[in-house]
Amino acid sequence: MLKLTGTTNITLNINGEKRPVTVRPSETLLGILRGKLGLTGAKPGCLNGDCGACTVMIDGKPMKSCLMLGVEAPGKKIQTVEGLNGTPIQRSFIEHFAFQCGYCTPGFIMNCQSLIDTNPNAPDEIIEEWLKSNICRCTGYEEIEKAIKSVLRDK
Amino acid sequence: MIPFDFEYYRPESISEAVQLFIELDQAGKNPVYFSGGTEIITLGRINVLYTNAVIDIKGIPECQVMDYHEGNLYLGSCCTLVDIEEKNLFPLLTATSKEVADHTARTKITLGGNICANLFYREAVLPFLLADSQVIIAGPNGYRTEYINQVFNQTLQLERGEFLVQLITEPDKIEAPSINIKRRRQWTTGYPLVTVAGLKLGEEIRVAISGLCPYPFRSQKMEYYINSQDFSQRDRIEKALGDVDGNVLNDTEGSDKYRLFILRNTMLDIVSTLEGERA
Repeated sequence: MLKLTGTTNITLNINGEKRPVTVRPSETLLGILRGKLGLTGAKPGCLNGDCGACTVMIDGKPMKSCLMLGVEAPGKKIQTVEGLNGTPIQRSFIEHFAFQCGYCTPGFIMNCQSLIDTNPNAPDEIIEEWLKSNICRCTGYEEIEKAIKSVLRDK
Repeated sequence: MIPFDFEYYRPESISEAVQLFIELDQAGKNPVYFSGGTEIITLGRINVLYTNAVIDIKGIPECQVMDYHEGNLYLGSCCTLVDIEEKNLFPLLTATSKEVADHTARTKITLGGNICANLFYREAVLPFLLADSQVIIAGPNGYRTEYINQVFNQTLQLERGEFLVQLITEPDKIEAPSINIKRRRQWTTGYPLVTVAGLKLGEEIRVAISGLCPYPFRSQKMEYYINSQDFSQRDRIEKALGDVDGNVLNDTEGSDKYRLFILRNTMLDIVSTLEGERA
């Protein structure tokens, strides 16, 4: 049985690297990524699981890192936007002007990357269902939809 | 950020979890069972929920079951809603689950967490109420298996230290014609004005409702009127609505009158669709 009763050392597998970190059990993964590991790509938005700005990938699935405790994460593969490098979805966001202020962009990109990896033949209704998990307040949804569809159709 | 500290435990068996709860409770730590944990994290963040210890039950194999055994479907309380949708072993549950929160959130929200939530919608319970499913509950006094309609009264009636392990559903209920309709104030995301799930077993139509009152429910009186073939479809639904108790929500999502208006039309859609199955 795992038992963590105070500040403790854990190791997280982030973007293929083992990252030791000291945490309290009540700290969210989002807070640890940003505050303790300097990975500020995942953004704090609503902190309530609504906006999706903090989305990362856990074992390939999209996850709102504000809804996960850091102590739940050891043994899982965590991927943040810093772990992507010139991927088709990143290029597609640029080509389709799929952002304005950019605050929601890392969350959208991680969600899109997970969809591309797990369901490359996703029909329109699945794309729409997944994209509903993220909020863009600059109203760039049309361009974001074009960006993800462009990558999926190319595949 | 959660503004308080708690201890974190991840037991690997039911007995370990229950024993842990007893010990932590006796130590005054107000323990809570933690499945997906989304509600504990979000309510903890705003100081609506407080605990000194969480017991994460995701490491218990029985809580992760998602399979048939001796003809019946067993679903563990820690199965995530996305896993349930992807396996699609219970189509009405898939349809209901797909309307909860959003896809990414559902990779964390679990079946048991939704059914036992503080947030009153608890929509994942609707298919089980309609299917007369059974629940396996574990606690300090051992295991008990109960019909969900006997232990779900607004909330799942758990004794202190108990938690939901599995839900068992018979195959004829899983294969029966069914429908789920969620009506929101606008668009396709957000909390519902009403959610109605319907199931047709033989000639009998069953309905369960969430979002109308501050708890989900299935009303056999309403079903009696809906299935009374002596009246027109519209009259049957009017009579059924007459049996709604006085707890209809009246809030910023919608007034009580508006909710009843929406419910009336939704019930018409549900009954029309399921009665169409008779043709």
